[in-house]
Amino acid sequence: MTGGNVVVIGNGMVGQRFVDAVRSRDPQGRWRVTVLAEETRPAYDRVRLSAYFDGADADELNLHTPYDGVELRLGEPATGVDRTRRVVTTATGEHPYDVLVLATGSSAFVPPVAGTDLPGVFVYRTLDDLVAIREHARGRRTGAVIGGGLLGLEAANALRLLGLATRVVEFAPRLMPVQVDTAGGAMLRRYVEELGVACHLGMATTALRPGQDGAVGALELADGTLLDTDLVVVAAGIRPRDELARAVGLEVGPRGGVLVDDACRTSDERIYAVGECAAVQGTCYGLVAPGYAMAEVVADRLVGGEATFPGADTATKLKLLGVDVASFGDAHGTTPGCLDVTWTDPATRVYAKLVLSDDATTLLGGVLVGDASAYPTLRASVGGPLPAVPLALLAPEQAAGAAASALPASAQVCSCNAVTRGDVDAAIAAGCADVPALKACTRAGTSCGSCVPMLKQLLDAAGVVQSRALCEHFDVGRQELFDIVRVRDIRTFSRLIAEHGRGRGCDICKPVVASILASLGGGHILDGEQASLQDTNDHFLANLQRDGSYSVVPRIPGGEITPEKLIVIGKVARDFRLYTKITGGQRIDLFGARVDQLPQIWRRLVDAGFESGHAYGKALRTVKSCVGATWCRYGVQDAVGLAVALELRYRGLRAPHKIKSAVSGCARECAEARSKDFGIIATETGWNLYVGGNGGFRPRHADLFATDLSTEALITLIDRFLMYYVRTADRLQRTAAWIEAMEGGLAHLRSVIVDDSLGLCADLEAAMARHVTSYSDEWRDVLDDPDRLRRFTSFVNAPDVPDPSITFGTERGQPVPVGGRSPSPDGRQPVTLGLPEVRR
Amino acid sequence: MSTATTTLRWHVVCPLDRLDPDRGVAALVDGAQVAIFRTGDGLYAIDNRDPVAEAYVLSRGIVGSRQGVPTVASPLHKQVYDLRTGVCLDLPGVSVTRHEIRCRNGLVEVRLRQEG
Repeated sequence: MTGGNVVVIGNGMVGQRFVDAVRSRDPQGRWRVTVLAEETRPAYDRVRLSAYFDGADADELNLHTPYDGVELRLGEPATGVDRTRRVVTTATGEHPYDVLVLATGSSAFVPPVAGTDLPGVFVYRTLDDLVAIREHARGRRTGAVIGGGLLGLEAANALRLLGLATRVVEFAPRLMPVQVDTAGGAMLRRYVEELGVACHLGMATTALRPGQDGAVGALELADGTLLDTDLVVVAAGIRPRDELARAVGLEVGPRGGVLVDDACRTSDERIYAVGECAAVQGTCYGLVAPGYAMAEVVADRLVGGEATFPGADTATKLKLLGVDVASFGDAHGTTPGCLDVTWTDPATRVYAKLVLSDDATTLLGGVLVGDASAYPTLRASVGGPLPAVPLALLAPEQAAGAAASALPASAQVCSCNAVTRGDVDAAIAAGCADVPALKACTRAGTSCGSCVPMLKQLLDAAGVVQSRALCEHFDVGRQELFDIVRVRDIRTFSRLIAEHGRGRGCDICKPVVASILASLGGGHILDGEQASLQDTNDHFLANLQRDGSYSVVPRIPGGEITPEKLIVIGKVARDFRLYTKITGGQRIDLFGARVDQLPQIWRRLVDAGFESGHAYGKALRTVKSCVGATWCRYGVQDAVGLAVALELRYRGLRAPHKIKSAVSGCARECAEARSKDFGIIATETGWNLYVGGNGGFRPRHADLFATDLSTEALITLIDRFLMYYVRTADRLQRTAAWIEAMEGGLAHLRSVIVDDSLGLCADLEAAMARHVTSYSDEWRDVLDDPDRLRRFTSFVNAPDVPDPSITFGTERGQPVPVGGRSPSPDGRQPVTLGLPEVRR
Repeated sequence: MSTATTTLRWHVVCPLDRLDPDRGVAALVDGAQVAIFRTGDGLYAIDNRDPVAEAYVLSRGIVGSRQGVPTVASPLHKQVYDLRTGVCLDLPGVSVTRHEIRCRNGLVEVRLRQEG
């Protein structure tokens, strides 16, 4: 039989996939398809259901494609099947079939607990469930999820996003008991609790109790505890929907599900079952990928093929509540005699486990929590020999960043110059005893410089004792130098180096001293001797680009800008023919300015009310924001107002490294505040402060530092945090590395700036107050001073001649540099990651 | 092995007091870009072109010393050059041309050298 009527019961993901598969394999349209759907919406992406709470609308989740020859009957569930007459009955009629496909999916399992029928108790299965949850959550404050598996954690995140204080109750002693082992579950619990989701593990819910309004008001646990809650989601598992099949006498599996063979055929040869309602050789699969495979098998059978269901890969990799979780192969180590290799790092909060065969040569499975970057390699290696030593497999990225000593000799330490660990070790063995020597000998660290900390770690690992000296001119580090300058009230580099150093300084110590002097209120950074200390960016108050031109970035506090100001930027860019780009920090970058054009550009920007954005300095850059409660449906506080206030407060603050910040108006985190040095996320009652995040070479999420702060308390804490950082961090040390290197870490930081354990807080606050009151715009000061303006010429002996080396081509309608190093003859930039090793 | 030849002409560039101590400026001399520095040790002139980055920026680097040798660090990727010889102290085999420089009657003068 290769044509006729096929009736599909169910229009979920798998039912829709079956329709797609039939249409693509049967272009002549020999099969007419009728789909009977219980829900009133056509098929949608149930896997991404939670995205609905993250701003996706129903249309984005839609999976339905209309086809000729396919009739979709929404809101018309099948009520019976007459197998003799081969018709499916519904409330409104009969649908004859030659082949029937059951794609009825599964339903949420609701345990037999009193009170699950109360208003405010939901399952997490359909878009309608989500709409109802959102509706009920409005104006309510607390929510609970019964079930700490995949779906339960997803539901918990959804409740969080709705602004509810959320808890999870799980019967098993750990979260995600099916996918994750005990230690992985413990790590996962830390992540989940850090998000403010309380976990009650190893605990059964015995009843749901109504509140005063008749809706659910509390959960009762087996130990008698009563937990108040305004809303409950039951996510305790799923059951295959096999009731129709049972009613018409089809065989079912031992644990439910319509029993099918490996062609997905039921005990009636005219009826197939696919997806979560099917028990293939007795096994049900609660994942979409096996369901898709079944849909393809049946479609192939309809056009005369011989496809069989190959068995399913149940490996899963997910990002739950922002946490990477992966589980594959024999994750729980059930193979007789198998061995575990585990890696737990509480600092980076990574847990990884590999399950190996009894002779430790074959990978059988594993669990990853916190960092699943190794998942693709590992999953590909299941059943085969290990491609590397277990440690390198478990944490390749951590190994590169945090544990340089674990790196294999072949690992590339400096990807810009293709320098391996072996090269660095050889240079150390040959006598290189510090970073400058390694740079000169191997070229590692001479391009982007991001591997310099790793070079230090490799020197440590080789047992080379490194001095804390800043450079050959000073024997002390940045922190001590800061104290010397402050305590002795030193105002000039020449006095500092004469009394506490030697030689004439260099590009390492001079900018450090410039930053210290600026932090201590040393006047304009181009005044007198200070001018000679500045890196070229600070010297010209603009950012040097690769061709020798500069970029200009006016400050746009919080990313908020008027149309008039936008027009001025547009006109300046047009008149000076500058390449224009919106930056990731919500500003507008203007590229391609010559040194002699900078004052003219700034004259116009300053006149229009702009000031320097300090994009050139190791200083506060931006405080990014979402639109917050002013415009956003979900915002709970004024994120823009706070971002503007913070950016104006800390503008111009010179620091050991650049500082970035962001403010999000609700837990949806649209401003990406957790990737910043300090980030703020609004709560119903105030602000949560996160510290120590960054993007860049080693991205890191910020840690929750303090919760539910008033605006005043928040600003006080940030004042102390920033000033303590400015005073005590090493040269070019970002906040994340600063906290990591601190003895006692985040807890120590909290004791210093929250509990004032060192008695520093008043001093730190006073220093910040001085910074705030003494701020003045550097560019305005330059424009007001002919002596300073004199520096802004391309040539000392030809002030009117523009630099002829700076020339532009055009790309996508904008100027782009022609001068400067062109990476290759055709102008394409090579990808510098993983360069092959080049011997010189 | 390259040899250096010197053109005969001295060009007046600017008054000495136009140069800030420990800072460079660029000058156009016979169409060539020269980076000029005034340090506590005296005056130096080298090519303004950074041979690694191929951009004309050396005059904008930070001036300093390494083991007593007067230096400038490229502002682009921080390679350090010996101001007296133009030799790069970080990358073997890399150097920039140095030029002759002097101060006469309060005026800074430069005489170009060309690698031959």
